[in-house]
Amino acid sequence: MMDHQETLELLPAFADQELGIVEAQEVQRHLDSCADCQREYAAQRIVSARFKKEAVYFDAPPHLAHRISSALPPEPVRAGSRRFSWMSLGGALAAGLALVWSLGLYLNLPSDQERLTDEVVASHVRSLQVDHLSDVVSSDQHTVKPWFNGKLDFSPPVVDLAPQGFPLVGGRLDYLAGRPVAALVYRRAKHPINLYIWPSNERDAAPQLQNHQGYHLVRWTWDGMNYWTVSDLAANELDNFVGLVRSTVRQ
Amino acid sequence: MIVPTKKQRFQTNVLPHLNSAFNLACWLTRSRQDAEDVVQEAYLRAFKFFDGFHGDDSRAWLLTIVRNTFYTWYQEQQKQRQETAFDEDMHDFSGVGVAGMAFADNNPETLLMQKDSERQLQQALHALPLEFREVMVMRELEELSYKQIAAIVGIPIGTVMSRLGRGRKLLAAILAPARQEA
Repeated sequence: MMDHQETLELLPAFADQELGIVEAQEVQRHLDSCADCQREYAAQRIVSARFKKEAVYFDAPPHLAHRISSALPPEPVRAGSRRFSWMSLGGALAAGLALVWSLGLYLNLPSDQERLTDEVVASHVRSLQVDHLSDVVSSDQHTVKPWFNGKLDFSPPVVDLAPQGFPLVGGRLDYLAGRPVAALVYRRAKHPINLYIWPSNERDAAPQLQNHQGYHLVRWTWDGMNYWTVSDLAANELDNFVGLVRSTVRQ
Repeated sequence: MIVPTKKQRFQTNVLPHLNSAFNLACWLTRSRQDAEDVVQEAYLRAFKFFDGFHGDDSRAWLLTIVRNTFYTWYQEQQKQRQETAFDEDMHDFSGVGVAGMAFADNNPETLLMQKDSERQLQQALHALPLEFREVMVMRELEELSYKQIAAIVGIPIGTVMSRLGRGRKLLAAILAPARQEA
Protein backbone atom coordinates (compact mmCIF):
# COMPACT_ATOMS: atom_id res chain seq x y z
CA MET A 1 0.00 0.00 0.00
CA MET A 2 1.22 3.47 -0.78
CA ASP A 3 1.41 5.72 2.26
CA HIS A 4 0.30 9.32 2.54
CA GLN A 5 3.73 10.88 2.01
CA GLU A 6 4.48 8.79 -1.06
CA THR A 7 1.13 9.66 -2.59
CA LEU A 8 1.62 13.34 -1.90
CA GLU A 9 4.93 13.28 -3.71
CA LEU A 10 3.46 11.55 -6.74
CA LEU A 11 0.49 13.89 -7.12
CA PRO A 12 2.12 16.21 -9.69
CA ALA A 13 2.86 13.24 -11.96
CA PHE A 14 -0.63 11.88 -11.31
CA ALA A 15 -2.15 15.22 -12.33
CA ASP A 16 0.01 15.21 -15.47
CA GLN A 17 -0.92 11.61 -16.32
CA GLU A 18 2.71 10.64 -16.22
CA LEU A 19 2.35 7.66 -13.87
CA GLY A 20 2.23 4.02 -14.90
CA ILE A 21 -1.08 2.20 -14.56
CA VAL A 22 -0.18 0.42 -11.33
CA GLU A 23 1.10 3.53 -9.59
CA ALA A 24 -1.82 5.59 -10.83
CA GLN A 25 -4.26 3.07 -9.39
CA GLU A 26 -2.52 3.13 -6.03
CA VAL A 27 -2.56 6.92 -5.95
CA GLN A 28 -6.23 6.92 -6.89
CA ARG A 29 -7.02 4.47 -4.11
CA HIS A 30 -5.34 6.62 -1.48
CA LEU A 31 -6.81 9.79 -2.96
CA ASP A 32 -10.36 8.47 -2.60
CA SER A 33 -10.02 8.44 1.16
CA CYS A 34 -7.68 11.36 1.90
CA ALA A 35 -9.02 14.92 1.97
CA ASP A 36 -5.52 16.44 2.23
CA CYS A 37 -4.39 14.73 -0.93
CA GLN A 38 -7.60 15.66 -2.73
CA ARG A 39 -6.96 19.32 -1.93
CA GLU A 40 -3.37 19.10 -3.07
CA TYR A 41 -4.37 17.29 -6.26
CA ALA A 42 -7.00 19.93 -7.04
CA ALA A 43 -4.46 22.70 -6.38
CA GLN A 44 -1.97 21.12 -8.80
CA ARG A 45 -4.59 20.86 -11.50
CA ILE A 46 -5.92 24.38 -11.02
CA VAL A 47 -2.50 26.02 -11.32
CA SER A 48 -1.59 23.86 -14.27
CA ALA A 49 -4.84 24.67 -16.10
CA ARG A 50 -4.50 28.36 -15.40
CA PHE A 51 -0.93 28.37 -16.68
CA LYS A 52 -1.95 26.63 -19.90
CA LYS A 53 -4.85 28.98 -20.44
CA GLU A 54 -3.42 32.34 -19.44
CA ALA A 55 0.32 32.32 -19.83
CA VAL A 56 1.49 34.10 -22.97
CA TYR A 57 2.96 31.97 -25.72
CA PHE A 58 5.61 34.04 -27.43
CA ASP A 59 5.58 33.34 -31.14
CA ALA A 60 8.80 34.23 -32.90
CA PRO A 61 8.63 37.53 -34.81
CA PRO A 62 8.59 37.01 -38.61
CA HIS A 63 11.97 38.60 -39.17
CA LEU A 64 13.76 36.16 -36.85
CA ALA A 65 13.61 33.18 -39.24
CA HIS A 66 15.12 35.34 -41.93
CA ARG A 67 17.75 36.70 -39.60
CA ILE A 68 18.80 33.19 -38.61
CA SER A 69 18.81 31.84 -42.16
CA SER A 70 21.05 34.60 -43.34
CA ALA A 71 23.41 34.14 -40.38
CA LEU A 72 23.97 30.47 -41.24
CA PRO A 73 27.26 29.80 -43.01
CA PRO A 74 26.91 29.77 -46.81
CA GLU A 75 26.71 26.44 -48.62
CA PRO A 76 30.06 25.29 -50.01
CA VAL A 77 28.41 23.58 -53.02
CA ARG A 78 25.25 24.87 -54.63
CA ALA A 79 22.72 22.25 -55.74
CA GLY A 80 22.52 23.83 -59.19
CA SER A 81 26.23 23.79 -59.87
CA ARG A 82 26.47 20.18 -58.78
CA ARG A 83 23.93 19.16 -61.40
CA PHE A 84 25.88 21.11 -63.97
CA SER A 85 29.11 19.29 -63.19
CA TRP A 86 27.30 15.98 -63.51
CA MET A 87 26.12 16.87 -66.94
CA SER A 88 29.61 17.77 -68.06
CA LEU A 89 30.78 14.25 -67.24
CA GLY A 90 29.39 13.14 -70.56
CA GLY A 91 27.74 10.22 -72.29
CA ALA A 92 28.57 7.26 -70.06
CA LEU A 93 27.14 8.88 -67.01
CA ALA A 94 24.12 10.11 -68.93
CA ALA A 95 23.39 6.54 -69.96
CA GLY A 96 23.74 5.46 -66.36
CA LEU A 97 21.36 8.15 -65.27
CA ALA A 98 18.89 7.11 -67.94
CA LEU A 99 18.99 3.60 -66.57
CA VAL A 100 18.42 4.80 -63.04
CA TRP A 101 15.59 6.98 -64.28
CA SER A 102 13.87 4.15 -66.11
CA LEU A 103 14.28 1.98 -63.01
CA GLY A 104 12.62 4.75 -61.12
CA LEU A 105 9.72 4.65 -63.55
CA TYR A 106 9.57 0.90 -63.26
CA LEU A 107 9.37 1.06 -59.48
CA ASN A 108 6.66 3.60 -59.97
CA LEU A 109 4.58 3.01 -56.87
CA PRO A 110 6.96 3.66 -53.96
CA SER A 111 8.59 6.61 -55.66
CA ASP A 112 5.15 8.16 -56.20
CA GLN A 113 4.46 7.81 -52.51
CA GLU A 114 7.83 9.26 -51.63
CA ARG A 115 7.32 12.20 -53.90
CA LEU A 116 3.92 12.81 -52.39
CA THR A 117 5.41 12.59 -48.90
CA ASP A 118 7.91 15.27 -49.89
CA GLU A 119 5.12 17.37 -51.35
CA VAL A 120 2.95 17.07 -48.26
CA VAL A 121 5.77 18.00 -45.89
CA ALA A 122 6.80 20.88 -48.15
CA SER A 123 3.23 22.14 -48.25
CA HIS A 124 2.96 21.88 -44.47
CA VAL A 125 6.20 23.79 -43.90
CA ARG A 126 5.25 26.42 -46.47
CA SER A 127 1.85 26.93 -44.88
CA LEU A 128 3.60 27.73 -41.60
CA GLN A 129 6.46 29.77 -43.02
CA VAL A 130 4.47 32.33 -44.95
CA ASP A 131 1.82 32.47 -42.26
CA HIS A 132 -0.72 31.29 -44.78
CA LEU A 133 -2.31 28.52 -42.83
CA SER A 134 -5.93 29.29 -43.63
CA ASP A 135 -7.87 30.94 -46.44
CA VAL A 136 -11.07 30.64 -44.47
CA VAL A 137 -10.60 31.10 -40.75
CA SER A 138 -13.36 29.47 -38.81
CA SER A 139 -13.81 26.91 -36.13
CA ASP A 140 -17.26 26.09 -37.50
CA GLN A 141 -17.42 23.10 -39.81
CA HIS A 142 -20.60 24.57 -41.37
CA THR A 143 -18.61 27.61 -42.48
CA VAL A 144 -15.52 25.77 -43.65
CA LYS A 145 -17.29 23.07 -45.68
CA PRO A 146 -19.38 25.39 -47.93
CA TRP A 147 -16.32 27.58 -48.45
CA PHE A 148 -14.90 24.83 -50.67
CA ASN A 149 -18.01 24.88 -52.90
CA GLY A 150 -17.10 25.99 -56.40
CA LYS A 151 -13.40 25.84 -55.55
CA LEU A 152 -13.12 22.08 -55.75
CA ASP A 153 -14.87 19.44 -57.83
CA PHE A 154 -15.61 17.42 -54.72
CA SER A 155 -16.95 18.09 -51.26
CA PRO A 156 -14.49 17.20 -48.50
CA PRO A 157 -15.84 15.86 -45.22
CA VAL A 158 -15.24 18.53 -42.56
CA VAL A 159 -15.50 17.51 -38.93
CA ASP A 160 -14.93 19.50 -35.79
CA LEU A 161 -12.90 17.84 -33.06
CA ALA A 162 -12.76 20.68 -30.55
CA PRO A 163 -14.38 18.65 -27.76
CA GLN A 164 -11.66 16.04 -28.21
CA GLY A 165 -8.91 18.66 -28.00
CA PHE A 166 -8.24 19.17 -31.72
CA PRO A 167 -10.14 22.36 -32.63
CA LEU A 168 -10.69 23.11 -36.30
CA VAL A 169 -9.13 26.49 -37.12
CA GLY A 170 -9.81 26.83 -40.83
CA GLY A 171 -9.40 25.58 -44.35
CA ARG A 172 -7.26 26.29 -47.37
CA LEU A 173 -6.97 25.31 -51.00
CA ASP A 174 -3.74 23.53 -51.77
CA TYR A 175 -2.18 21.67 -54.67
CA LEU A 176 -0.85 18.14 -54.29
CA ALA A 177 -0.26 15.18 -56.59
CA GLY A 178 -1.04 17.39 -59.57
CA ARG A 179 -4.50 18.46 -58.46
CA PRO A 180 -6.24 20.94 -56.16
CA VAL A 181 -6.97 19.48 -52.74
CA ALA A 182 -8.75 20.56 -49.60
CA ALA A 183 -6.48 21.38 -46.66
CA LEU A 184 -8.16 21.49 -43.27
CA VAL A 185 -6.25 23.04 -40.43
CA TYR A 186 -6.53 21.80 -36.87
CA ARG A 187 -4.58 22.63 -33.77
CA ARG A 188 -3.41 20.63 -30.81
CA ALA A 189 -2.24 23.19 -28.24
CA LYS A 190 0.35 25.14 -30.21
CA HIS A 191 0.89 22.53 -32.89
CA PRO A 192 -0.81 23.06 -36.25
CA ILE A 193 -2.06 19.98 -38.06
CA ASN A 194 -2.74 19.98 -41.80
CA LEU A 195 -5.26 17.43 -43.08
CA TYR A 196 -5.29 17.08 -46.88
CA ILE A 197 -8.25 15.46 -48.60
CA TRP A 198 -8.84 14.63 -52.26
CA PRO A 199 -10.78 12.01 -54.23
CA SER A 200 -9.27 8.64 -54.95
CA ASN A 201 -10.31 5.66 -57.01
CA GLU A 202 -8.18 3.32 -54.99
CA ARG A 203 -9.36 0.78 -52.47
CA ASP A 204 -9.71 1.67 -48.80
CA ALA A 205 -6.34 1.54 -47.05
CA ALA A 206 -5.59 1.50 -43.33
CA PRO A 207 -3.64 4.42 -41.81
CA GLN A 208 0.09 4.28 -42.27
CA LEU A 209 2.43 6.33 -40.14
CA GLN A 210 5.72 7.64 -41.36
CA ASN A 211 8.36 10.00 -40.15
CA HIS A 212 9.83 12.47 -42.59
CA GLN A 213 12.22 15.34 -41.87
CA GLY A 214 11.12 15.49 -38.26
CA TYR A 215 7.41 15.51 -39.05
CA HIS A 216 4.94 12.74 -38.59
CA LEU A 217 2.60 11.87 -41.42
CA VAL A 218 -0.34 9.52 -41.54
CA ARG A 219 -2.12 8.62 -44.77
CA TRP A 220 -5.14 6.46 -45.45
CA THR A 221 -7.86 5.97 -48.02
CA TRP A 222 -11.50 5.64 -47.15
CA ASP A 223 -14.70 5.70 -49.13
CA GLY A 224 -13.19 7.21 -52.27
CA MET A 225 -11.07 9.86 -50.54
CA ASN A 226 -7.35 10.09 -49.89
CA TYR A 227 -6.40 11.52 -46.53
CA TRP A 228 -2.93 12.75 -45.62
CA THR A 229 -2.22 14.45 -42.36
CA VAL A 230 1.04 15.99 -41.19
CA SER A 231 2.21 17.72 -38.04
CA ASP A 232 5.11 18.14 -35.65
CA LEU A 233 2.97 16.48 -32.98
CA ALA A 234 4.23 13.33 -31.28
CA ALA A 235 3.35 10.17 -33.22
CA ASN A 236 0.86 8.89 -30.66
CA GLU A 237 -1.01 12.20 -30.58
CA LEU A 238 -1.26 12.34 -34.36
CA ASP A 239 -2.43 8.75 -34.28
CA ASN A 240 -5.09 9.76 -31.80
CA PHE A 241 -6.14 12.58 -34.14
CA VAL A 242 -6.41 10.17 -37.08
CA GLY A 243 -8.56 7.80 -35.03
CA LEU A 244 -10.92 10.66 -34.19
CA VAL A 245 -11.15 11.88 -37.79
CA ARG A 246 -11.84 8.38 -39.03
CA SER A 247 -14.53 7.60 -36.52
CA THR A 248 -16.23 11.01 -36.92
CA VAL A 249 -16.17 10.95 -40.73
CA ARG A 250 -17.87 7.57 -40.74
CA GLN A 251 -20.86 8.75 -38.74
CA MET B 1 17.60 13.63 -58.04
CA ILE B 2 19.34 16.13 -55.80
CA VAL B 3 20.39 15.18 -52.29
CA PRO B 4 19.40 17.97 -49.90
CA THR B 5 22.36 19.85 -48.49
CA LYS B 6 23.05 20.12 -44.78
CA LYS B 7 21.58 23.61 -44.78
CA GLN B 8 18.39 22.45 -46.50
CA ARG B 9 17.99 19.54 -44.10
CA PHE B 10 18.59 21.90 -41.21
CA GLN B 11 16.02 24.33 -42.55
CA THR B 12 13.30 21.70 -42.88
CA ASN B 13 14.11 19.86 -39.63
CA VAL B 14 15.08 22.50 -37.14
CA LEU B 15 13.86 25.87 -38.36
CA PRO B 16 10.15 24.96 -38.00
CA HIS B 17 10.66 24.75 -34.22
CA LEU B 18 11.48 28.45 -34.08
CA ASN B 19 8.34 29.32 -32.11
CA SER B 20 9.15 26.80 -29.40
CA ALA B 21 12.71 28.06 -29.22
CA PHE B 22 11.65 31.69 -29.02
CA ASN B 23 8.91 31.02 -26.48
CA LEU B 24 11.31 29.22 -24.14
CA ALA B 25 13.96 31.91 -24.60
CA CYS B 26 11.46 34.67 -23.81
CA TRP B 27 10.44 32.97 -20.62
CA LEU B 28 14.06 32.45 -19.61
CA THR B 29 15.47 35.86 -20.52
CA ARG B 30 12.26 37.80 -19.77
CA SER B 31 13.00 40.04 -22.73
CA ARG B 32 12.11 39.70 -26.41
CA GLN B 33 15.29 41.40 -27.52
CA ASP B 34 17.54 39.13 -25.50
CA ALA B 35 15.46 36.12 -26.52
CA GLU B 36 16.10 36.90 -30.18
CA ASP B 37 19.85 37.02 -29.57
CA VAL B 38 19.85 33.82 -27.55
CA VAL B 39 17.75 32.00 -30.16
CA GLN B 40 19.96 33.11 -33.02
CA GLU B 41 23.10 32.05 -31.16
CA ALA B 42 21.43 28.70 -30.33
CA TYR B 43 20.54 28.11 -33.97
CA LEU B 44 24.09 28.78 -35.07
CA ARG B 45 25.33 26.28 -32.50
CA ALA B 46 22.67 23.79 -33.53
CA PHE B 47 23.77 24.10 -37.15
CA LYS B 48 27.35 23.41 -36.15
CA PHE B 49 26.39 20.24 -34.30
CA PHE B 50 23.65 19.17 -36.71
CA ASP B 51 25.80 16.44 -38.28
CA GLY B 52 25.99 14.72 -34.92
CA PHE B 53 22.22 14.71 -34.43
CA HIS B 54 20.58 11.44 -35.41
CA GLY B 55 17.48 11.31 -33.23
CA ASP B 56 13.97 12.10 -34.38
CA ASP B 57 13.03 14.59 -31.65
CA SER B 58 14.59 17.66 -33.20
CA ARG B 59 12.47 19.98 -31.08
CA ALA B 60 13.76 18.62 -27.75
CA TRP B 61 17.27 18.62 -29.20
CA LEU B 62 16.97 22.27 -30.21
CA LEU B 63 15.46 23.29 -26.86
CA THR B 64 18.40 21.69 -25.05
CA ILE B 65 20.71 23.93 -27.06
CA VAL B 66 18.54 26.99 -26.48
CA ARG B 67 18.61 26.34 -22.76
CA ASN B 68 22.38 25.82 -22.67
CA THR B 69 22.93 28.94 -24.75
CA PHE B 70 20.74 30.86 -22.34
CA TYR B 71 22.67 29.75 -19.27
CA THR B 72 25.98 30.69 -20.87
CA TRP B 73 24.54 34.10 -21.70
CA TYR B 74 23.01 34.42 -18.24
CA GLN B 75 26.29 33.74 -16.48
CA GLU B 76 27.96 36.39 -18.63
CA GLN B 77 25.26 38.84 -17.62
CA GLN B 78 25.70 37.96 -13.95
CA LYS B 79 29.45 38.42 -14.19
CA GLN B 80 29.16 41.76 -15.92
CA ARG B 81 26.65 42.88 -13.37
CA GLN B 82 28.96 42.01 -10.52
CA GLU B 83 31.86 43.76 -12.19
CA THR B 84 29.92 46.95 -12.70
CA ALA B 85 28.41 46.53 -9.22
CA PHE B 86 24.90 47.31 -10.30
CA ASP B 87 22.09 46.78 -7.91
CA GLU B 88 20.24 43.63 -8.94
CA ASP B 89 16.80 45.16 -8.82
CA MET B 90 17.78 48.34 -10.56
CA HIS B 91 19.32 46.52 -13.45
CA ASP B 92 16.80 43.90 -14.38
CA PHE B 93 18.62 42.43 -17.32
CA SER B 94 16.26 43.59 -20.02
CA GLY B 95 16.59 47.07 -18.61
CA VAL B 96 12.84 47.50 -18.93
CA GLY B 97 12.11 47.32 -15.25
CA VAL B 98 9.30 45.63 -13.38
CA ALA B 99 9.25 41.89 -13.78
CA GLY B 100 6.56 40.82 -16.17
CA MET B 101 6.36 44.17 -17.84
CA ALA B 102 9.59 43.51 -19.64
CA PHE B 103 7.59 42.98 -22.81
CA ALA B 104 6.10 46.45 -22.81
CA ASP B 105 5.87 47.00 -26.53
CA ASN B 106 2.90 47.48 -28.77
CA ASN B 107 2.64 43.85 -29.55
CA PRO B 108 -0.91 42.47 -29.75
CA GLU B 109 0.15 39.69 -27.38
CA THR B 110 1.16 42.25 -24.82
CA LEU B 111 -2.06 44.14 -25.20
CA LEU B 112 -4.04 40.96 -24.78
CA MET B 113 -2.05 40.31 -21.67
CA GLN B 114 -3.40 43.41 -20.00
CA LYS B 115 -6.36 41.45 -18.69
CA ASP B 116 -5.97 41.53 -14.94
CA SER B 117 -5.85 37.87 -14.12
CA GLU B 118 -3.40 37.22 -16.90
CA ARG B 119 -1.19 40.09 -15.88
CA GLN B 120 -1.05 38.78 -12.33
CA LEU B 121 -0.11 35.36 -13.57
CA GLN B 122 2.56 36.80 -15.83
CA GLN B 123 4.10 38.76 -12.98
CA ALA B 124 3.93 35.83 -10.61
CA LEU B 125 5.66 33.67 -13.18
CA HIS B 126 8.43 36.13 -13.66
CA ALA B 127 8.98 36.21 -9.93
CA LEU B 128 9.37 32.43 -9.90
CA PRO B 129 12.98 31.16 -9.71
CA LEU B 130 14.39 30.02 -13.06
CA GLU B 131 14.64 26.35 -12.15
CA PHE B 132 10.88 26.18 -11.63
CA ARG B 133 9.92 28.52 -14.43
CA GLU B 134 11.75 26.55 -17.09
CA VAL B 135 10.21 23.18 -16.27
CA MET B 136 6.74 24.72 -16.03
CA VAL B 137 7.03 26.44 -19.40
CA MET B 138 8.26 23.21 -20.97
CA ARG B 139 5.42 21.25 -19.44
CA GLU B 140 2.43 23.58 -19.70
CA LEU B 141 3.24 25.54 -22.85
CA GLU B 142 5.43 23.19 -24.85
CA GLU B 143 3.61 20.08 -23.59
CA LEU B 144 6.81 18.09 -23.31
CA SER B 145 6.78 14.81 -21.41
CA TYR B 146 8.64 14.38 -18.12
CA LYS B 147 11.13 12.26 -20.01
CA GLN B 148 11.80 14.96 -22.60
CA ILE B 149 12.13 17.63 -19.92
CA ALA B 150 14.50 15.44 -17.91
CA ALA B 151 16.71 15.06 -21.00
CA ILE B 152 16.66 18.77 -21.83
CA VAL B 153 17.43 19.97 -18.30
CA GLY B 154 19.73 17.06 -17.49
CA ILE B 155 17.97 15.96 -14.29
CA PRO B 156 16.22 12.72 -13.25
CA ILE B 157 12.52 12.32 -14.08
CA GLY B 158 11.70 12.33 -10.36
CA THR B 159 13.28 15.76 -10.05
CA VAL B 160 11.16 17.01 -12.97
CA MET B 161 8.11 15.88 -11.01
CA SER B 162 9.12 17.50 -7.75
CA ARG B 163 10.10 20.76 -9.44
CA LEU B 164 6.75 20.93 -11.21
CA GLY B 165 4.95 20.15 -7.97
CA ARG B 166 6.86 22.76 -5.97
CA GLY B 167 6.72 25.28 -8.80
CA ARG B 168 2.94 25.07 -8.92
CA LYS B 169 2.69 25.43 -5.14
CA LEU B 170 4.98 28.46 -5.21
CA LEU B 171 2.99 30.00 -8.01
CA ALA B 172 -0.25 29.45 -6.15
CA ALA B 173 1.29 31.06 -3.07
CA ILE B 174 2.47 34.11 -5.02
CA LEU B 175 -0.94 34.44 -6.63
CA ALA B 176 -2.96 34.02 -3.44
CA PRO B 177 -2.52 37.54 -1.97
CA ALA B 178 -3.11 39.08 -5.39
CA ARG B 179 -6.42 37.33 -5.59
CA GLN B 180 -7.50 38.77 -2.25
CA GLU B 181 -6.75 42.28 -3.46
CA ALA B 182 -8.78 41.88 -6.62
